[in-house]
Amino acid sequence: MQIADLAQQIIDEFALFPDWMDKYEHLIELGKSLPPFDEKNKTEPHLIQGCQSRVWLNAAYEDGKIMFTADSDAIITKGIVSLLVRVFSGQPPQAIIDANLDFIEQIGLKENLSPTRSNGLLAMVKQMKMYALVFLNKQP
Amino acid sequence: MFTLQTIRKDFPALAQKVYGKPLIYFDNAATTQKPTPVIAIVNEMNSLTNGNIHRAFHYLGNICTERYEEARETVRAFLNAPITEEIIFTSGTTAAINTVAFSFGERFVRANDEIVLTEAEHHSNIVPWQMLCNRKGAILKVLPINDDGSLSVKKLHQYLSKKTKLLCITQASNVLGVINPIKDIVAIAHAYGVPVLVDGAQGAAHGGIDIQDTHCDFYVFSGHKIYGPTGTGVLYGKQKLLNEMPPYQSGGEMIASVTFEQTTYAGLPLKFEAGTPNFTGVCGLKKAIDYVQELGWAHIKEQEEKLVCHAMQRLQEIDGLHIYGTTTPKTSLVSFNIDGIHPTDAAQLLDKMGIAARSGHLCADPLMHRFNVQGMLRFSFSFYNTTEEIDTAVDALKKIKQLLH
Ligand SMILES: Cc1ncc(COP(=O)(O)O)c(C=O)c1O
Repeated sequence: MQIADLAQQIIDEFALFPDWMDKYEHLIELGKSLPPFDEKNKTEPHLIQGCQSRVWLNAAYEDGKIMFTADSDAIITKGIVSLLVRVFSGQPPQAIIDANLDFIEQIGLKENLSPTRSNGLLAMVKQMKMYALVFLNKQP
Repeated sequence: MFTLQTIRKDFPALAQKVYGKPLIYFDNAATTQKPTPVIAIVNEMNSLTNGNIHRAFHYLGNICTERYEEARETVRAFLNAPITEEIIFTSGTTAAINTVAFSFGERFVRANDEIVLTEAEHHSNIVPWQMLCNRKGAILKVLPINDDGSLSVKKLHQYLSKKTKLLCITQASNVLGVINPIKDIVAIAHAYGVPVLVDGAQGAAHGGIDIQDTHCDFYVFSGHKIYGPTGTGVLYGKQKLLNEMPPYQSGGEMIASVTFEQTTYAGLPLKFEAGTPNFTGVCGLKKAIDYVQELGWAHIKEQEEKLVCHAMQRLQEIDGLHIYGTTTPKTSLVSFNIDGIHPTDAAQLLDKMGIAARSGHLCADPLMHRFNVQGMLRFSFSFYNTTEEIDTAVDALKKIKQLLH
């Protein structure tokens, strides 16, 4: 599935929860079910400097697609991390570079990606796009 | 008589809703809301009475100069400082500390000298001293705190010596709330001939300090934490020290005469007030100090003590909740963690419920390391908060705990 379709899927999913509390509850569940992150990779190079909550990100390049794994010590942050992984992991570098993140706004979680929230998510998105750029330039 | 209701009406910000819910403002240690007299004077001066101070002969300039100097006298009286010229206006606590770190440092600190501070300092009372030490090859020594947040005052003897040039200590910790026994500490430091800088950022709004009783050499605070405008602050310094220190910033206002060969500086306080100061804000700060003094420190302390006791008691109801800073006396704040809950998660959910709390390292990384945590949650109260707000917040925390587990 392409990024836009995955994003739409998430928008539809969150539309089922009109109340913010239910939305956050769903987000927390998503965070809890994020595939485990290899503890070995919880090291400085994988740590995204985000002030309050710590976010770790790892990427591998397989068959022209980037596979992301990630984690956070804060569960709400982890929920959003899981959304970003779901949308970006398994996509080709160019699609990741071109992608916008409107869907986060559309599901009513915009403040979590705002520069005033020092939760590292914005830095995580930047880092994902950086990986995409690097892998793109490595292509034959 | 003041009632909580009439007091709350003086602070328009308290009446607003956020996310459709009545605002519960529990981040008063970060910044306080402003009462109407402060808002009114700032508005009036921005819309009518605006003329640059100390240089103009015209009507508006004169009024502004008078008000600005009147504010200086108000601050002097508030701190019970002996001399009005010892009061210097800055843009805040951080700017005041940097002024001392530079000017005092230039004059008095050399290689291998020592600066002593405590483990419970705000970054603003750490980094300027670190930079000074790096510039001069001086050494930073850090007095540890006890598990309950208190200082072992007697330990000071191990940290002070002939090499010590300055002791920098917070009046009250912005994380633990603990109020340090400044008078005793100053007495010990002075026995070693060491001057003391007191960071009053968290102390000013809870009664300030009596300079002539405590004998501290420098006292700094921020206007925005004592119900005044942002961008205002105060540096009190003993005249003798300030006279010996070189200016920090230079430019207009701080000069006596200028030729291209040589400049002679103005005397105190203008020597340390280069450029056009925030005179509008300073006039607002005066109104803020008038306001709290009219309310009375006894009333403020009584109300704030009631709030912090109520909060400490109600928070104990939550399993796995740990409070940091359990000694007394303390200011009206409480920092805590709940087992298995990241403070950022809790703060974010509280925010959605209309409750403004603080989470994170609280600008005190060394304290976070001391207590071996990534961050903390903090509720900080003002006399305008209510016990009902605390009840609502505790109920909210219980709900959040369920949600996150
Ligand atoms: C103890 C303490 N010192 C210094 C500061 C810095 O104050 P400002 O940011 O107003 O300069 C603060 C503010 O949080 C504080 O709590």
